[in-house]
Amino acid sequence: MTTEAARRPPGWARWIRAKLGRRAVPYLLLIPGGLWLLAFYVIPVAQLAGVSLQEPLQAGNPQAGYELTWRWANYSDAFSDFSGQFYRSFLYAGVATIAALLIAYPLAYAIAFRGGRYKNLLLVLVLMPFLTPFLLRTLAWKVILADSGWVVEGMQSIGLLPSNGRLLATGWAVIAGITYNFLAFMTLPLYVSLEKIDPSLIEAANDLYASPATAFRKVTLPLSMPGVVAGTLLTFIPAAGDYINAQLLGNPQQFMIGNVIDSRFLRVLDYPTAAALSFTLMLVILALIIPYVRAAGTEELVA
Amino acid sequence: MRRRVLPLYAALALAYLFLPVAVVILFSFNDNQGRFNFTWQGFTLKHWAGAFDVPAIFDSLLVSLRIAFFAALAATILGTLIALALVRYYFRGRSTTNLLLFLPMATPEVVLGSSLLAFFLTLRVATGFWTIVIAHIMFNISYVVVTVKARLTGFDRHLEEAAMDLYANEWQTFRKVTLPMIMPGVFAAFLLGFALSFDDFIITNFNSGATVTFPLYIWGAARVGVPPQVNVFGTAIFVITVSLMFVNLWAQRRRA
Repeated sequence: MTTEAARRPPGWARWIRAKLGRRAVPYLLLIPGGLWLLAFYVIPVAQLAGVSLQEPLQAGNPQAGYELTWRWANYSDAFSDFSGQFYRSFLYAGVATIAALLIAYPLAYAIAFRGGRYKNLLLVLVLMPFLTPFLLRTLAWKVILADSGWVVEGMQSIGLLPSNGRLLATGWAVIAGITYNFLAFMTLPLYVSLEKIDPSLIEAANDLYASPATAFRKVTLPLSMPGVVAGTLLTFIPAAGDYINAQLLGNPQQFMIGNVIDSRFLRVLDYPTAAALSFTLMLVILALIIPYVRAAGTEELVA
Repeated sequence: MRRRVLPLYAALALAYLFLPVAVVILFSFNDNQGRFNFTWQGFTLKHWAGAFDVPAIFDSLLVSLRIAFFAALAATILGTLIALALVRYYFRGRSTTNLLLFLPMATPEVVLGSSLLAFFLTLRVATGFWTIVIAHIMFNISYVVVTVKARLTGFDRHLEEAAMDLYANEWQTFRKVTLPMIMPGVFAAFLLGFALSFDDFIITNFNSGATVTFPLYIWGAARVGVPPQVNVFGTAIFVITVSLMFVNLWAQRRRA
């Protein structure tokens, strides 16, 4: 095989190069995946927006079909009917996110700054519990927080709970479940961000007479902010739409907006309301993300 | 004394993280009376012996594994192509692509799942095994791109240039140099997609029709009592995955 022949790309590649030029290559690489996302993400979501503005042709009969009547009232009706669940979703997700941040930050800090040779091992240990199925972990919490379990009895004996108090079927159980289940999403970005901090910066702060607390406040904390923001978003967003924790650890009084959407879609078959609720949830979340995107730019989104 | 606080906290936090796992494992040995498995009643090995007594559990497990395999495979291929485009080339529409990849990760699963269900209903496509695979591929692509991109950006291009200097054309270079070198990242992306697909509940719930995956089985059983065999399989999955991870870590150490 002469060097000349060895250099020639295969026939079809030469054809592409000749017809479309070298600049087509990135677009060709993008097309399969891009089309998939277009077909199965963009179009369905756009269609959902349409569904949210529809109205049943026959009231109460979802099988009869819908027509697009631009019924913006779907949104206001949905919001007023389920405002309780909406507020509760954001409340639970918010509290859980803050709790996750408080729990994960010192953990990530400990691994990043004190991990030494065991950093990777510790990280693996942090991720290991999340190899059990989500549902099994949540059911395990049902056991741990059971009325006759040691957690509840312990809290009763200290007086944190009244003697007939329970944790299950209260907001606290749901929040505890959410916090736990999304802890990995909070810990990893925090760790990545903290690990990048150059320890000599903290040493410099100490050399300049800063106390450890001040050094943390003025050096470490600001530098870890990208991790904090990423972790917060990655935790809050799925938490707000979650309904598994509420279903398994709570009762209908703790139901979140996810539970409502699920039942509207799969049981009551009230598609316009379900769609309107889904969209409202998504828009609120997008409203929270957009300032972040503006600040960090789109390159940061995909790592 | 103060130096001990952080490691102590880390240990406590890890204990907290492993607590539910311990409960899952423990209750696979619970001698439960009746259908529910929530209070400890005694140690037994009978659930492990009779792990296959409830065929529905193992069937759902197989369904989950098959879905995860197909979804991860397709998503890895599609996502790797996109990652290559993003890292190696400058082109117009880069920002849009980044945004398009980010949006599925930012959309709550209820929205992803319900919009796909509405989409399939409109097209009059029956929901079932393949609609689940389609949905999983969709949300996996973004994660694959993130993983492969991370691996690609640190990639030393000098090796490729050396190959080309040695008279390899672009396609040979890609096949013999680039691809083998990004394989760890691509494989990691495949594993991530596999794990995400296997554990997925919400999106699957919306698009499953009559097909039952492992998480769906647990959800359905939760109301009437989850058989302890579920704990048995959950423990088995955990042990197998952990062992694989440690084997991998150990193998990497030896190679380095």
